[in-house]
Amino acid sequence: MASSTMAGAHDHPRGLRRFLFSTNHKDIGTLYIILGSIGGVIGFLLSLAMRLELAYPGVQIFPGLAEFLNGADPAMALDAGKNLYNVFITVHGVLMIFFMAMPILIGGFGNWFVPIMIGAPDMAFPRLNNISFWLLVASLVLAVISMFVDGAPGMKGFGGGWTFYPPLSSNTGTPGPAMDFVILALHLAGASSILGAINFITTIFNMRAPGMTLHKMPLFVWSILVTAFLLLLVLPVLAGCVTMLLTDRNFGTMFYDPAGGGDPLLFQHLLWFFGHPEVYIVILPGFGIISQIVSTFSKKPVFGYLGMAYAMVCIGVLGSIVWAHHMYTVGMSLNAQRYFTLATMVIAVPTGIKIFSWIATMWGGSLSFRAPMVWAIGFIFVFTMGGITGVVLANASADKQFHEGYYVVAHFHYTLSLGAVFALYAGFYYWFPKMCGYMYSETLAKANFWLLFIGVNVVFFPQHFLGLGGMPRRYIDYPDAYALWNMVSSLGMIFVTLSLVVWFYAIIEAFMKKRLAGANPWGAGATTLEWTLSSPPPFHQFEVLPRITGAGR
Amino acid sequence: MFNVNRLMTRGALAAAVAVPVTLCAGFALAQENGQPVPGGLGLPNMVTPVGLGTQQLYNMVLMPIISFIALFVLGLLIYVAYRFNEHANPIPSKLTHNTPLEIIWTLIPVLILLFISVPSLRLLAEQVEVPEASVTIKVTGNQWYWSYKYPEDQGGGFGFDQMLKPESELQPGELRLLTVDNEAVVPINEVIAVHITSNDVIHAFGVPSFGVRMDAIPGRLNQTWFKIDREGVYYGQCYFICGKDHAYMPIVIRAVTREKYNEWLAQAKQKFAGADQRVRVASESH
Ligand code: HEM
Ligand SMILES: [Cu+2]
Ligand SMILES: [Cu+2]
Repeated sequence: MASSTMAGAHDHPRGLRRFLFSTNHKDIGTLYIILGSIGGVIGFLLSLAMRLELAYPGVQIFPGLAEFLNGADPAMALDAGKNLYNVFITVHGVLMIFFMAMPILIGGFGNWFVPIMIGAPDMAFPRLNNISFWLLVASLVLAVISMFVDGAPGMKGFGGGWTFYPPLSSNTGTPGPAMDFVILALHLAGASSILGAINFITTIFNMRAPGMTLHKMPLFVWSILVTAFLLLLVLPVLAGCVTMLLTDRNFGTMFYDPAGGGDPLLFQHLLWFFGHPEVYIVILPGFGIISQIVSTFSKKPVFGYLGMAYAMVCIGVLGSIVWAHHMYTVGMSLNAQRYFTLATMVIAVPTGIKIFSWIATMWGGSLSFRAPMVWAIGFIFVFTMGGITGVVLANASADKQFHEGYYVVAHFHYTLSLGAVFALYAGFYYWFPKMCGYMYSETLAKANFWLLFIGVNVVFFPQHFLGLGGMPRRYIDYPDAYALWNMVSSLGMIFVTLSLVVWFYAIIEAFMKKRLAGANPWGAGATTLEWTLSSPPPFHQFEVLPRITGAGR
Repeated sequence: MFNVNRLMTRGALAAAVAVPVTLCAGFALAQENGQPVPGGLGLPNMVTPVGLGTQQLYNMVLMPIISFIALFVLGLLIYVAYRFNEHANPIPSKLTHNTPLEIIWTLIPVLILLFISVPSLRLLAEQVEVPEASVTIKVTGNQWYWSYKYPEDQGGGFGFDQMLKPESELQPGELRLLTVDNEAVVPINEVIAVHITSNDVIHAFGVPSFGVRMDAIPGRLNQTWFKIDREGVYYGQCYFICGKDHAYMPIVIRAVTREKYNEWLAQAKQKFAGADQRVRVASESH
């Protein structure tokens, strides 16, 4: 008997050991999703505080928050509050990108479904997978600690925006160690993602089941492959970029200090050489998810499969050569601005191909509007909204009116806070029954959708007006003329907050009601390999490799 | 009957002319000084060639095109959802390729982008290439205020700091977060070149009604320009995060006729000479 439990424990480690030491791709995927949800909730709470502050002109809540969070001296509370607001935008941006979107989309869904979709038993390097995850936890801890240690003179935390431009992030602007914490957090997050990317690339290239050629891989796997290559290409650049900042801060180098012959613009070029591909790193897995879902619920293979796959490759390549469109106001030469304008606009072409192909997939289909499909259609609309304002901002000439203003805030939230988040929810409601075996309440899932859809549109659409009117971003207070649309924007948060409550409740309800989902709750349209397994899948799947014969999708 | 018809046409014509004219006049009055409009929906009233160019590019080219695309995609989604839902269309087709269609939806966006790029690149050149200027001012960003210098050879030879006027000192009609102690004055209808740099961290000099936004970066001297076509007070703000008081370093530029500008120069020379001297004395004593 003892030996049989031993054998069982070896196969299925339980309790704390199962998760702490896990090398199983599904358990690690689950951990990533939990970590991403925690990061997302903190990031959301920070944005809630910011929107509350911005509801009225004047400074209301941040001085109190600074007294409460940082123990600021009441006499200095106003200044501490202004600084804390900047810290909040910074940490909100960092958390939402590095600790919410990336962990859930890549670490979570990627880990869970890439091996299954290509018919592999696990990832290529299971132990590497474990360290990737735990490095990210350490990184999150460092990022949150940075809010509570000394930053700008007399202040706590680093408040220079998620782009960390020196000299504000060097000793000139932030002499305290808060910035060093942020740099180390980025190092760990970067290492985590690089290891993860290596793991995905190796898995996808070497562990496909017999017959699963590259051109038969599901589009979600393609999206993760392109994303992994982007990560591998650009994260070392970020690491170098912030390491030079670290040595500037601590060891007397002058990479970014004009007083010693350095150049703050070097930092901006390196940062955006990472930063622009980064936004595609966040959105490409979403593209993959949407392709799977649209095809499943139209009961039709994806329209123009090869075009869809290579549009993603194309977006990845183009996305790596347009970085300076974030730098139109730094005083670049006319020709450089012309080049970056044209190159950036070209990305609209493969992006358009994706949107039209999704619609063409639905065309002639037999659409069933289950929750994941509703989220996917919502995604197509909000992502289009974010994409078209992207075309405006691609123009160096027009960007001079919008740069660092609220039009830009609206634009990137339409692609991220709406686009990436809607793709994430679509994937969540698509794969939730597979991951835990239970069906959620369709009504709750749709209530979650409508609340968030209304909420984020009310929050972010009026910000276009603020941007057109000239309101700068990263402002704790604004001229009274901007009061109306800021108030509307803040009111939208009521819906957003409710949507989160409904989301939690939907999960709890599903676990309490325990409605069994069965292997394939979605019917004939769901043709990828995960639907051939039980829900949840066995601890080790595909001990006999599946053989793929049908056409790709 | 003939008469009535003519009368009606005339009336319509008159209305067609009068309504926009009064509307525009009302607009121009309401926005005489370049400050944000409460509840505004669009770009500010532009008063420089680059600003007008930006307004045209956005309002006449970009905005109609992107609105059309958004409505087109929305329309397609609604149509597809209505026409191909599982009740209306129980048997899915197997359609997965249509080469002509794929070529069309690649080519049409390319054409649209080319169409946008022509006016866009023309405006870009106008922004970046600074014409021969009759007045040059140097603007320096500091944590958290702007400093201006007017060169000697153009009748200046003085400099001053421009700071936010605290809320407690505001007079009726002055704007919270926008009104400053020392306005920078420039003449209308002349090309003003602005040289921009910073003393500490990065800031950005931006005035929405000029269509101007330019970073102030330590160790670099950036250049931009404007030519204001009417008198007024134009407000701007700092457009790059620069620390805790980023929201508290506005820009105010007053545009006046050449005569008034010359008067101001003479007065300002007196007023700010002292300030300059004090600085010099202080630095000599070190
Ligand atoms: C309801 C949800 C959200 C709200 C209300 C919200 C609100 C805000 C606000 C008020 C700012 C500061 C804007 C400024 O002053 O410049 C901001 C910045 C930002 N947000 Fe969000 N946000 C939300 C969700 C997200 C999500 C989901 C993401 C990413 C996936 C995201 C990414 C960012 C980034 C990157 C910044 C820029 C930070 C910086 O300026 O350095 N946000 N958000
Ligand atoms: Cu970019
Ligand atoms: Cu600033």
